[in-house]
Amino acid sequence: MSENGAAVLDVKDLRTVFETGQGAIHAVNSVSFDLKPGELLGVVGESGSGKSVTMMSLIGLLGTTAAIVEGAHVNFDGMDLLKVSEDDLRAVRGAGIGFVFQDPMTSLNPVFTVGFQLMEPLRNHMGMSKAAARSRAVELLELVGIADAEKRLSDYPHQFSGGMRQRVMIAMALSCDPKVLIADEPTTALDVTIQAQILELMKELRRKLGMAIVWITHDLGVIAGIADRVMVMYGGQIVELAPVIQLFENPQHPYTRALLQTVPSVRGSRTERLRVIEGQPPILFSPPQKCSYSARCNHAFDRCLSADPKRIRIADGHDVACFWDPETGGPRDE
Amino acid sequence: MSDTGGQPLVQVRGLKMHFPIYAGIFRRHVGDIKAVDDISLDINESETLGLVGESGCGKSTAGRAVLRLYDITDGSITVDGTDISDVDKEKLRHLRPKMQMIFQDPQASLNPRMTVAGIIGEPLVEHMSLSRSERLERVYQLMDAVGLNRSFADRYPHEFSGGQRQRIGIARALALNPKFIVCDEPIAALDVSIQAQVVNLLEDLQEQFGLTYLFISHDLSMVRHIADRVAVMYLGKIVELAPRDDLYERPLHPYTQALLSAVPEPDPVREAERKHIILTGDVPSPSNAPIGCNFCTRCPRAEQICREIEPEFRQVEKGHYTACHFVGDTEIKTAEPTAGERVKP
Repeated sequence: MSENGAAVLDVKDLRTVFETGQGAIHAVNSVSFDLKPGELLGVVGESGSGKSVTMMSLIGLLGTTAAIVEGAHVNFDGMDLLKVSEDDLRAVRGAGIGFVFQDPMTSLNPVFTVGFQLMEPLRNHMGMSKAAARSRAVELLELVGIADAEKRLSDYPHQFSGGMRQRVMIAMALSCDPKVLIADEPTTALDVTIQAQILELMKELRRKLGMAIVWITHDLGVIAGIADRVMVMYGGQIVELAPVIQLFENPQHPYTRALLQTVPSVRGSRTERLRVIEGQPPILFSPPQKCSYSARCNHAFDRCLSADPKRIRIADGHDVACFWDPETGGPRDE
Repeated sequence: MSDTGGQPLVQVRGLKMHFPIYAGIFRRHVGDIKAVDDISLDINESETLGLVGESGCGKSTAGRAVLRLYDITDGSITVDGTDISDVDKEKLRHLRPKMQMIFQDPQASLNPRMTVAGIIGEPLVEHMSLSRSERLERVYQLMDAVGLNRSFADRYPHEFSGGQRQRIGIARALALNPKFIVCDEPIAALDVSIQAQVVNLLEDLQEQFGLTYLFISHDLSMVRHIADRVAVMYLGKIVELAPRDDLYERPLHPYTQALLSAVPEPDPVREAERKHIILTGDVPSPSNAPIGCNFCTRCPRAEQICREIEPEFRQVEKGHYTACHFVGDTEIKTAEPTAGERVKP
């Protein structure tokens, strides 16, 4: 996957296992992808498909007690994030890689002012003085479109609305000029009109700052509007990865195809009945021995039950992990 | 408000639900949160009325008030010919079998210490005198109707997935053969692929039992799928109410237009070409609503009149109601110019 040497983030064969009372849960199974400078990579999948866990594993946010993270390498900025010390990782988090979480209320500390929380990474990571950090914080709040920035620094999170809090979170993630921004469902908790504001803001920030972004979401509409490439996850694996237009025009994996058909739209023709994907997403108590989608797949045949499909390249930058070929309607010849 | 013959099943007139705010050491009454402020609507038999709006616009409060889960501040509610706006608790209890509710969070609305059979059977215990075996038979019927395996009857809610839990909630709502069900964001807590399963189930049940739904949701695309008519709420008021296709193809109120424009299109080519209306700012607090039109603080078309006079909620076309000064009187008079306006995005 890493034919492009210039990738800012290069992940190879990442695996995450959680030790639970009921046994080991294999949440991420051999995930490999890369992120090019300045691109926006969309990650879609249902809850439990491993999209958040993948990203959190990369930067060691899962803690070491219950989660075991292994892999070939996670290359970022000349380091392998799987091998570096906790202190180095700490320096990367926030400074090299910014993170925006889904719920802006629970990820801001309610007992500190927004200004304090914005200045904290600036002083810790960038070694700024208090005054310098303060003026940078004002600059950041203005950047994300918060009016009266100077005054709002002394406000507490509860004094901001949901959309404004998410802007603060984005400002915080951007504070140390990260090379990579990981946004984990940043608009899911927001209303559509506020979501539209945040999407517009992100597009603008990308033009201005040019960092690479990983955008995790389950909303294909959001992805269609902002992503350059899309990675579809299922059962802790990447089942399809393609440039955005190609993914929507020529989806290969049965799961991607079904996902695209289940979403109703507010425009265009209206279907009488919604297409459904029967069944439930799997919980993997062992590394996949068969295709994890086979139980819900309409096209599954015997090979899908005996082997786990590897990702194969079908076009430039487009790969899919499936034995079935939508073109012929039969098995894919390799 | 209905165009079909006969009485609508649910008639709401001038419904207000204000929550008082008390402050200071003497807990003086200092104001009201006007969660629902003067809404009127009809729901016809076996139709689905979608109620959409952003969080905090009062749609859930409206749904609960219509079922008299609150003591309403003002207005009248008639369900199936009975005025329920002022009846006492005991009488209301006897009316409950006719009207039921499906809640948003299936985790929070099911008692974790009761089995599935216990949960679905509870309304039967409360309202009917059935023998144990008759009751179990009815529970099995309901489980079949919502697609739950009968062998799950003795399990507890935590053993089920979100979609299955929502099915339990639906079976419970159906237990007493209701006519009218308020669905309060029934799919918001579910995954995309599971949402479609539950929506299809709700549609099947509607056909099978002739149910009437008030479907409350913030998901405009799902409402387009399930609803026959749609009402759009903003800050405690209905700003537009129209048949589904009318509303989605020719929204008249600037808020509806902005709301629909904000929904991203799951198609990268069309999405790139589309022009968005981006609203600025946030929804004002319902305890301190603006003077004049509620939407005037965010409306791209607001003029002086909007900040002074509250627009009347009136019929501008057959079955199409809206509350905006600029609709129907000035430039948008008939269907043609509006349709023309839709062509240039």
